[in-house]
Amino acid sequence: MKPISLLFCGLVGGTLFLIVQTAGRIDPPPSPPETIDAPSVDASAERIDRWLQRRWTQEDITPAAVADDLIVYRRLSLALHGTIPSLEEIRRFMDDDAPRRLDRWLLHMLQDDRFADYFSERLVRMLVGNEEGPFLIFRRDRLRDWMADQLRADRPWSETAEQLIAGDGLWTEEGHANFLTAAFIDDEQGLDENKLAGKTVRAFLGQRMDCAQCHDHFFADWKQTDFQGLAAFYGQARVTPGGVIDRKEEEGQPVVYRVFEPGDTTGQIVEPAVPFHEEWCPSSGTRRRRLAAWIVHPDNRRFRRAIANRVWGLLFGRPWHEPVDDIPDPGDAIDLLDVLAEEFAAHNDSLHRLIRMIARSRAFRMRSDVPGISAERYAVLEKHHAVFPLVRLRPEQVIGAMVQAAGIMTIDQNSHLLTRIIRFTSESDFMQQYGELPEDELLPQTGTIPQALLRMNGPFTRELTRAELLQSAGQILSWSPSDDAVVENCFLTCLTRLPTDSERQEFLTLLQDASAEKPDETAAEARKAVVEDLFWMLFNSVEFSWNH
Amino acid sequence: MPTADTRISADRRTVLQIMASLGVSVSLPFLSARAAARRRDERPRSLITLWMGGGMSQLESWDPHPGTPSGDVLKSIPTSLPGLEISELLPQMAEQMHRVTVIRSVTSLEGDHERGTMFVKSGYRPDPTLTYPALGAIAASQRPDPAVEIPQHICLGTTQFFPGGGYLGNEWDAFRVFDPGRPQDNLTSDVSGDRQARRLAGLQKMNERFRHGRPVAERVTLHQKTIQDALRMMRSDQLRAFTIDSEPESVRRAYGNTAFGRGCLVARRLVETGVRAVEVSLPGFDTHVSNLEGHRSQLAILDPAFAALLQDLHDRDLLESTVVLCIGEFGRTPQINPAAGRDHWPHWFSCVVAGGGFRSGCVVGQTPGTVPDVRRPKPKDPVTVPQLCATVLTALGIPWDEEVMTPVGRPMKFAGQAPRKSLLIG
Repeated sequence: MKPISLLFCGLVGGTLFLIVQTAGRIDPPPSPPETIDAPSVDASAERIDRWLQRRWTQEDITPAAVADDLIVYRRLSLALHGTIPSLEEIRRFMDDDAPRRLDRWLLHMLQDDRFADYFSERLVRMLVGNEEGPFLIFRRDRLRDWMADQLRADRPWSETAEQLIAGDGLWTEEGHANFLTAAFIDDEQGLDENKLAGKTVRAFLGQRMDCAQCHDHFFADWKQTDFQGLAAFYGQARVTPGGVIDRKEEEGQPVVYRVFEPGDTTGQIVEPAVPFHEEWCPSSGTRRRRLAAWIVHPDNRRFRRAIANRVWGLLFGRPWHEPVDDIPDPGDAIDLLDVLAEEFAAHNDSLHRLIRMIARSRAFRMRSDVPGISAERYAVLEKHHAVFPLVRLRPEQVIGAMVQAAGIMTIDQNSHLLTRIIRFTSESDFMQQYGELPEDELLPQTGTIPQALLRMNGPFTRELTRAELLQSAGQILSWSPSDDAVVENCFLTCLTRLPTDSERQEFLTLLQDASAEKPDETAAEARKAVVEDLFWMLFNSVEFSWNH
Repeated sequence: MPTADTRISADRRTVLQIMASLGVSVSLPFLSARAAARRRDERPRSLITLWMGGGMSQLESWDPHPGTPSGDVLKSIPTSLPGLEISELLPQMAEQMHRVTVIRSVTSLEGDHERGTMFVKSGYRPDPTLTYPALGAIAASQRPDPAVEIPQHICLGTTQFFPGGGYLGNEWDAFRVFDPGRPQDNLTSDVSGDRQARRLAGLQKMNERFRHGRPVAERVTLHQKTIQDALRMMRSDQLRAFTIDSEPESVRRAYGNTAFGRGCLVARRLVETGVRAVEVSLPGFDTHVSNLEGHRSQLAILDPAFAALLQDLHDRDLLESTVVLCIGEFGRTPQINPAAGRDHWPHWFSCVVAGGGFRSGCVVGQTPGTVPDVRRPKPKDPVTVPQLCATVLTALGIPWDEEVMTPVGRPMKFAGQAPRKSLLIG
């Protein structure tokens, strides 16, 4: 028996009791603010809109229409919480008829722990990829927790970056130290300076210069010597039992950074050097402090363009520039990344605010469909960001959505531990089978056969769509006041939208036909089968596993 | 007990024998549709890659240098190819060397695992603007067998960087089998036929509705296509190729009861079914520490599996139609480091290639026993990674210089350099 089934069987009694209890929660869930006053966010969003509108006018494009609030709500939930909203949340959202519903709910979502938990994982992936890293000396969980704290407090991104590059400390205590220890080389008790230099430039400047490790960059202006000069900034970093530190001297000798050519045993000393704008780099301080100061310097446009492109990518599923970490050098003309970067810099490098202004923009609130459009024309709209992109959900978003859709209540930090254990087990089994994405995130992906098989026949679908009282399918069937409400709740739970008229009619007919069967037990079974089948269809639909 | 597949071929042989005895000239179009039934030149060619993950040492395997500073302590042993000696860690392969060609002078330019892997698997150095397809993806997409109902590009065993479809699309990503030889999961539906039909009909309607106003939806998502492919696979008898229960105990023992050994056996069964490209992965060669112990344990797995695979393919008349390529992302340094390990060495390394129109019994290239004191040392008669990939494609019957339009609007050839025709027969 699989662990997941054991958990399900063993916990039926307890969890049933819990569901009844949580149905009338003692603590009502926190609510979004009743009003919102954010003229500066609106002004930033309008700047984005104006920039895009100019481009659309130039290209003679009419962008897609504005999407329904529920669809935008689903997008936000997937991007910020890594899952779809629960039926409980959707119903409250639908009942909220005060002005600026989406803006208020977004604020609420940013304060939810699910945001810090999920978004921190996405940023950690940007920093250290999906590797597990060196055993014992690299604690991914600590890095993620630390990042989650940064996000919760909305600390300026420049401070976060400085801390990651230049911070000292023990990897078990100071989560940020794991950015360095991830590059620890076991047999040399040292750090891989090349790896660190490559990761630093990719993550914080949005450019790939890893290839300059061995040769000059093919087209960008990175030379092999630039790379070595940057790597030398990590040349005095040491992993000691007391934590990560910079050491100027070892055994009375100054610590130098050497580059070795094949067959060369003495190596050549390389001094730290930045490839451009030396004046941004202070002459005093530890090597890593100097590098950090140069990277986050207010005039270093690459730094803020990089995070703007990343956050745009995390919200849309597609970055403004592809690939996300190899964006062109800033030019003389102001492009959209500059607009975002300037607004970001003007407001204390706040990630919350960057997310809010992008989410408030016309681009984020567009529909992903245009009635009657030709494929050629649709491609033009896509190219100019005039229609919301179709993007395959990440594995954890798909299973997150499945697990959430299997319950009516919100699964979050407040959920009972047992629910979360079930969620965790389901997620890790599922992820391996669904297929981890390569390290290069945010690239266009199509569906695959293993994914189709897993969604159609996998144990997760089977367990989670069962019309028993433990699952939402069963609860919806038992507790909805009418057949109409059954159909409606199934669609809302799985797809965060209401059924169309024809969908409603089709499943109403199926439910009514089932009810007509005799005897009553057969009718009850037949109704269960209709709801299970409906859940199966919804889980397997394109809409479910794609952002749209 | 013979498998169903071998029974089919036995039947065909019987037919041939009877017809030959009657003096009838043979052409059997009614049988040619079944890839499984075809042998030798009538079969379209397939590719089996044995992937030595982490970078296998050339010195402890195909290119020993006993008695030199690089050579360490291992002996070399004579092989079935007169004049050729290989490492004593490969005694069973020593009996098969007349069937293969050893290239001791493969040269790469990438010394990092991910970049090196992508280079060797695709023939192109990684490029931030374009992901290149692995050779297996090119083969499967260019030469699909319509009679095959299971994926045509399959990767067996665990590997960090699995072969992908690159710009050809995720459709050609290798189908991954983590535990080779066991039946595949998620291939049966748990509801009645009626309910399954109702589910599929409803699903199709929902997906059609979604496509309204999104004319690119199916091209972008391939949702309906992957469902159809999955359903076809669920119904297929060819799933038997994934399991090895029906193989005689002696055969299973010959390959070795390891994930890699089972993988090699499954690879043979898949190729026999008509699958175009299979990779079997053997990780564990990244021996920065204790190089010798690492190679002792991994080569003890490789040796019986590789030898059994070659023998088995030969016995079944499948070797001529199957390219078998054994390679990793790079080689390892001639010097031994202070941790008794060897580090990454892309300047030269060995690969072994057999079957599928490759010449046999050849040794290409020569490497020095000491490292010359130059910036980029070179072996004699170097074979570059792109040349090797172009040669494999040529052997598979795929024009290496055919240009395809990539999604970024840049036409690309399947390989960046011309093949080494001298490696191929005729």
